[in-house]
Amino acid sequence: MSTFTGVGVSPGRIVGPVRQMPRPVAEPSAGEKWSNTTVDEETARLKAAAKTVQAELQQRADAATGDSKAVLEATAMMAADPMLLKSANALIVAGTSAERSVWEAGSQVADMLRGLGGYMAERTQDVLDVRSRIVAELRGLPAPGIPTADHPFVLAAEDLAPADTATLNPELVIALITSSGGPQSHTAILARALGLPAVVAARGVETIDDGTEVFVDGAAGTVLAGPGDAERTAAAIWAEQARSLGSYSGTCTTTDGHRIPLLANVGSGADARKAADAGAEGVGLLRTEFCFLNRDTEPTVTEQSAAYREVFDAFPAGKVVIRTLDAGADKPLPFLTDASEPNPALGVRGYRTELSTPGVLDRQLKAISEAADGATTDVWVMAPMISTAEEAQHFAESCAAAGLKVPGVMVEVPSAALTAGAILQRVNFASIGTNDLTQYVMAADRQLGPLAALNDPWQPAVLQLIRQTVAGAETAHGGERSSGAPNGDVGKSVGVCGEAAADPALAVVLVGLGVTSLSMSSRALAAVAAVIGSVSLTDAQGLAQQALAAPTAIEARTAVRAGLPILTTLGL
Amino acid sequence: MIERKATVASRVGLHARPAAIFAEAAGEQSADITIALEGSPADEAMDASSILSLMSLGAEHGDVVVLRSEDDGAGDALDSLVRILETDHDA
Repeated sequence: MSTFTGVGVSPGRIVGPVRQMPRPVAEPSAGEKWSNTTVDEETARLKAAAKTVQAELQQRADAATGDSKAVLEATAMMAADPMLLKSANALIVAGTSAERSVWEAGSQVADMLRGLGGYMAERTQDVLDVRSRIVAELRGLPAPGIPTADHPFVLAAEDLAPADTATLNPELVIALITSSGGPQSHTAILARALGLPAVVAARGVETIDDGTEVFVDGAAGTVLAGPGDAERTAAAIWAEQARSLGSYSGTCTTTDGHRIPLLANVGSGADARKAADAGAEGVGLLRTEFCFLNRDTEPTVTEQSAAYREVFDAFPAGKVVIRTLDAGADKPLPFLTDASEPNPALGVRGYRTELSTPGVLDRQLKAISEAADGATTDVWVMAPMISTAEEAQHFAESCAAAGLKVPGVMVEVPSAALTAGAILQRVNFASIGTNDLTQYVMAADRQLGPLAALNDPWQPAVLQLIRQTVAGAETAHGGERSSGAPNGDVGKSVGVCGEAAADPALAVVLVGLGVTSLSMSSRALAAVAAVIGSVSLTDAQGLAQQALAAPTAIEARTAVRAGLPILTTLGL
Repeated sequence: MIERKATVASRVGLHARPAAIFAEAAGEQSADITIALEGSPADEAMDASSILSLMSLGAEHGDVVVLRSEDDGAGDALDSLVRILETDHDA
């Protein structure tokens, strides 16, 4: 029995056989020639391989839907493309092997597309993927990408790329284990979104043979090859708990009766209906980008309004917090953001696009107002990337002009946390986006694996900023109230809608710090409710003080987890 | 040789899905058909059934392209391809 230790990024205990992600296809050596064959046989071999790859990709396209279907169909056509095969065949005639010929022909096409820039350059990866698949087929090796199987398996890989995540079938893949990557890697984000147990940065897992049975503990961060009865029992208990944890009752209360509304982060009407089914009390973050992405023009007010209304209708008696368009940085939009900015994370993004392209925000607010008209939902609206009280003031005025009664701001920029008092005198609520807040206060790009340890919401600086935001809300509450808040006392509340809210241990700390609602992916609701339900508000405040007093992220996490024995019981 | 002209109707130009639809239709014709931007030399025309050629052509919305075939009996085929080009597949 051998054990591999890494970082647990998504909880769960499971036993299953390993399937290794095939290694990337190695480049055929330059000058590789064909021999013991003829030009005709070598070109026929290439054509057959290209047709097989085309058929495989077409099969995947048939099984896919929406945008990924269109992309896969186009990729399937590339595999047997006349131009690609023609230039490869010219090389075969000159004596080059089929493998090397298609490799070089693919490079030429990729260079050409890259040279065209824009959308064409983005397709470069598809051509290179097709090329690798044809070479693997010619060599008789498994196709690169996630393996297919007729039984569930634990996927082992070095790391997963965003492209892999689109093709991962969560009914077949039951856990993810990787030898590299970090807590914010694509593997980790995907695992959390799908609710799959996952361990990253576990060196050695790439050497486990296909078919070997392993025990994965996504909370402890361990992978054990050749599990025994103890591990099987642990996995069975987890499966049982996951079933009971799988549903959220719709109420989250501490042992002393303090209510914490648990809301969902959603990105479409379909998401919102799923969240409602999962018991979410409302939407704490509606990402409105879904109306805008993959478009070259701004959606009309009517189109937007219909899309937002769909979300409101999923929560007729609940609250929906809409975030206005958050374009820029990792979410560029051709009609709104400048892709050539040297430092997009610090550039014109979020609320700031109002400076460079005024009007889009007002039209969006109008659409929200129209959607809210006649809906019974409690509609709140917040702006992303607010840095100053003036911006908050301007946003509140824009909301008022559109007839929207509950304006708020996202707290993602450290300046907003530090000046929360002044900001919250101008708007009714704040919602802390811990992912961006962490990347900005730690000055660490959240997409970079090597900076994963800095991008940790348990970092003392992040916890201090959350505390400051809550303190600011308390002073603002005593000050001048924004007018028009419905239901009396809803103003000045501070919610959290980042990944932090979905970590049950950190959720307890957030409650202890005075955060009034938590918003997360629907999958996390039950676990967070179970753990918050195991403590009193006083306990949570005590754990929050311990976390604040800890000098490092690791010590904060360790101290809090030690105070929450239920985490071990539930395998979280 | 026969030829037809068509104006690209897709808002994103002859890329992605519109290119895939067009290349597939061109590949289904029995005659060899080429495509070129209006005004470019006929000998630089590309294989209309190649999605990669279509992508490298870079025809944008509103560009006029020329379809050609050496097969004088391919008139109907060219006409049907013109209709595909003049349809906005993103609408």
